[in-house]
Amino acid sequence: MADWFRRAADSDIWWSFKSSPLTVVAAVATLLIILVSFLSPLIAPHTPFDPGSLNLSDGLKPPVFVSDEGDWTFPLGTDDQGRDILSSIMYGTRLSLVVGFASVIVAMVLGIALGLVSGYVGGAVDAVIMRIADVQLTFPAILVALLIDGIVRGLISVQRHDEIAIYVIVGAIGLSFWVQYARTVRGSVLVEKNKEYVQAARVIGLSPVLIMVRHVLPNVTGPVLVIATLNLGLAIISEATLSFLGVGLPSTQPSLGTLIRLGNEVLQSGDWWITVFPGATLAALVLAVNLLGDWLRDALNPKLR
Amino acid sequence: MAATNNPPLLEVRNLRVEFPTRRGTLLAVDDVSFEIAPGEVLGVVGESGAGKSLTGNAIIGLLEPPGRIAAGEVRLEGRRIDNLPYEEMRKVRGARIGAIFQDPLTSLNPLYSVGRQLVETIQTHLPLNAAAARKRALDLLKEVGIPGAEHRLDHYPHQFSGGMRQRVVIALALCAGPRLIVADEPTTALDVSIQAQIIALLKRLCREHGTAVMLVTHDMGVIAETADRVAVMYAGRVAEIGPVRDVIKNAQHPYTKGLMGSIPHLGERGGRLTQIDGSMPRLNAIPKGCAFNPRCTLRGQRCLVERPELMAAGASRAACWLHDSRGVGAPIGKETVDA
Amino acid sequence: MPEFVQIDGLKRYFDVSAPWLVRKLEGRPRQIVQAVDGVDIAIAKGETFSLVGESGCGKSTVARLVVGLYPPSAGNIVFDGHDMVAGRGRATQSALRRRLQMIFQDPFASLNPRWRVFDIIAEPIRAFGLAKDKDDLRRQVDELLRQVRLTPADGVKFPHEFSGGQRQRISIARALASQPEFLVCDEPTSALDVSVQAQILNLMMDLQRRLQLTYLFISHNLAVVYHISTRVGVMYLGRLVEQAPTETLFRRPKHPYTRMLLDTIPDLEMTGRQRTPVAGEVPSPINPPSGCTFHPRCPFANERCKAERPRSLPVEGGLVACHAIEEGRIPIEDRTYAARSALSS
Repeated sequence: MADWFRRAADSDIWWSFKSSPLTVVAAVATLLIILVSFLSPLIAPHTPFDPGSLNLSDGLKPPVFVSDEGDWTFPLGTDDQGRDILSSIMYGTRLSLVVGFASVIVAMVLGIALGLVSGYVGGAVDAVIMRIADVQLTFPAILVALLIDGIVRGLISVQRHDEIAIYVIVGAIGLSFWVQYARTVRGSVLVEKNKEYVQAARVIGLSPVLIMVRHVLPNVTGPVLVIATLNLGLAIISEATLSFLGVGLPSTQPSLGTLIRLGNEVLQSGDWWITVFPGATLAALVLAVNLLGDWLRDALNPKLR
Repeated sequence: MAATNNPPLLEVRNLRVEFPTRRGTLLAVDDVSFEIAPGEVLGVVGESGAGKSLTGNAIIGLLEPPGRIAAGEVRLEGRRIDNLPYEEMRKVRGARIGAIFQDPLTSLNPLYSVGRQLVETIQTHLPLNAAAARKRALDLLKEVGIPGAEHRLDHYPHQFSGGMRQRVVIALALCAGPRLIVADEPTTALDVSIQAQIIALLKRLCREHGTAVMLVTHDMGVIAETADRVAVMYAGRVAEIGPVRDVIKNAQHPYTKGLMGSIPHLGERGGRLTQIDGSMPRLNAIPKGCAFNPRCTLRGQRCLVERPELMAAGASRAACWLHDSRGVGAPIGKETVDA
Repeated sequence: MPEFVQIDGLKRYFDVSAPWLVRKLEGRPRQIVQAVDGVDIAIAKGETFSLVGESGCGKSTVARLVVGLYPPSAGNIVFDGHDMVAGRGRATQSALRRRLQMIFQDPFASLNPRWRVFDIIAEPIRAFGLAKDKDDLRRQVDELLRQVRLTPADGVKFPHEFSGGQRQRISIARALASQPEFLVCDEPTSALDVSVQAQILNLMMDLQRRLQLTYLFISHNLAVVYHISTRVGVMYLGRLVEQAPTETLFRRPKHPYTRMLLDTIPDLEMTGRQRTPVAGEVPSPINPPSGCTFHPRCPFANERCKAERPRSLPVEGGLVACHAIEEGRIPIEDRTYAARSALSS
């Protein structure tokens, strides 16, 4: 372990990280947001989704720093139900992150598996997988997610849907993002499989599955990692979009997108804080994650170094 | 060897090329000096990492950043060219110095016909109208031995074979009638039979135009056939420089001797080749004293601490204390591990 | 009685056509490359048989066919009496594979960059189940590292920590790990500097003597081939135009293409001999010339050469596929090479 740390501290990637202040800021911001949101049950001032704790008389309080009506119990104000915005954001961010990570993992697993098979087997299998990918690419990802969500809604009852909404949305976003992984992995596999170390493994007589998992997969992880990081931001945005459109997470389990939608409904009456603070959090989170992704892409690309 | 009488065409003095990295500055070319006389072919030979290509790139002003010339000077016909601004240097590079690289595709634009590229290059450097420039382009293609030059003028680089492409690149380098051509591994990517064609072509062109050539290569065979003098580089330094015949047949530096002995030879078969144990040091671990000392079978105490400069050795000059009046100092056994 | 390695009528075609739809839309024909077009080789146990030729002549494809990386389009490969092509069952195949390994050209691509050297060398031992336990595995890998003049301590490092020559040693150690009898070496030194090349060639010759290895050696470098081989085959556009014991081939070359190749060897002894530049280039293997494929570049070609493919016929202990030699139209001349001047001191 100590050896591992020594190697990591000496590596080019750590050095490239250290020498980019913007990246360090982005990483700190991302970590902070993740930490705060996942600790929200412990550190949030209120439990906004416990109906018992809500008091309608607390409704629509503005943030403390804009008006005397503000109340230090609700530093960022409340919504029409009397829910604390700060606590809602903390819980909402946690949900957005969970959905983001989970859908990226779904997309990654699916994309890597199909990309590996496509690249290594080639021929008709490759053609079929890649044509499906091409067709899917002609639709915007959000449309694919809407479609999948719509199909699921048609199949199950509304109440049941609210319960499994999070799985549906993870599945929908995951399925709409696999193509990029599959194409990237396929491309890398086509390069790697003709390299002599793979041929050496074939001369020994290893099975194709073993060669793919033991030799090819570890060497295509770099680009996959970059896409995953950049996709995390996209996935969070997609979830927010779907929730904003009302087909994502229900208002009983509000994510950042749901919060923005709820606030949007009362925006006309001048209660801007309900929508602006979740929106700013979303923007900050996605920006930080994307900056990390951009840096990772450059750091792993030897041509740009 | 004309170098002694005429003023040199190219003069390189104490050239140092550095690469600043986060682990400290790497010295890739370390205090290299040589001259090339008008019409002379100087071979620069060495193994990978010896700094031969970087020396060539430094001379033509094409060092890739973060590499930079840290010290020394390069003079072409008496004029300093190592500190010229980029645009100035670009003019010198087209008009006075031609460049040929290993991969002809890096010198050719795949989107334009070779005729257009030749004409553009000619018009950049010579005051010729379109028709005259095209005429010159055609003459150049004929001169480098491209069959059917008239209709090949309108072909694109991908329509040429590797050997023909390298001929086109040579024509491109000759456009403005340069005094010096820097050729970096011009035959390495080619098959042996094509190699011989390209070398014969280079030699003929030099003879006919009086163009000097700095021929950078790892291939002793190419040097033996082409060069008048040869500089052998090791770990960023010149280990030995002299007339090609003397360096090859009567090497003075232990590294050159080992290098010559390690080339398989027609005439004896099956025995062990002379081998130099170990490998060229990495740039971040160049030994003190003589850079070759850990691999040298003849080293003495002095080689560990004191760096030898080039000194007279036979008909050549070698950077080795064996040729100094004080010698290598107290002998030490070779204790290299093969690393 | 077949030789240790017996290759008969080996052919391999590659389909390099555009995809089906593009072909149909643009009316293009199928394009087939005849990479290997009927090659017969017999290699005796303990000898080094070299294949030489220019790029695209099919020599590397022969190497890959022999180790089973491609299935042949036609022909037979018999290894120590076992048919490698019509293999019977996985167990037999695996047992044969253990005895035959390959060394690759590019030491920077032939080692998995993510694996430690120990695991790279241990892979064949594990795959063939040749170690009794962990200690035995370690002992074997350490011994292999020592055999290629590296140290057991090098096992924990990654490939990028080594120079090109050292990586090629690791590659050789991996090839030796399954205790093979036959090694196919595809340009093992052509990516290396000459002084490192000498180290690797010396090592390969030492190992051959010590372990009684048989080599199929692929190279474009005639001087290397001369140095290391017992017999040499010259390939041109997928065919063997001449094969003979090394001395015979270099002293009394017969096929015009062999003579041309020998003319291109640089003259390091400065005898004043010029390389004779040969006119022309290797034609595309997609549409090879008719008859003898060398006829467009051959100074001795006549009508028969353009029409009829020459058969390999025995001449002076070798085999030559040339009408001019068969008809006695061109004389066979002796060549001499200057002895190396005294270099070592």
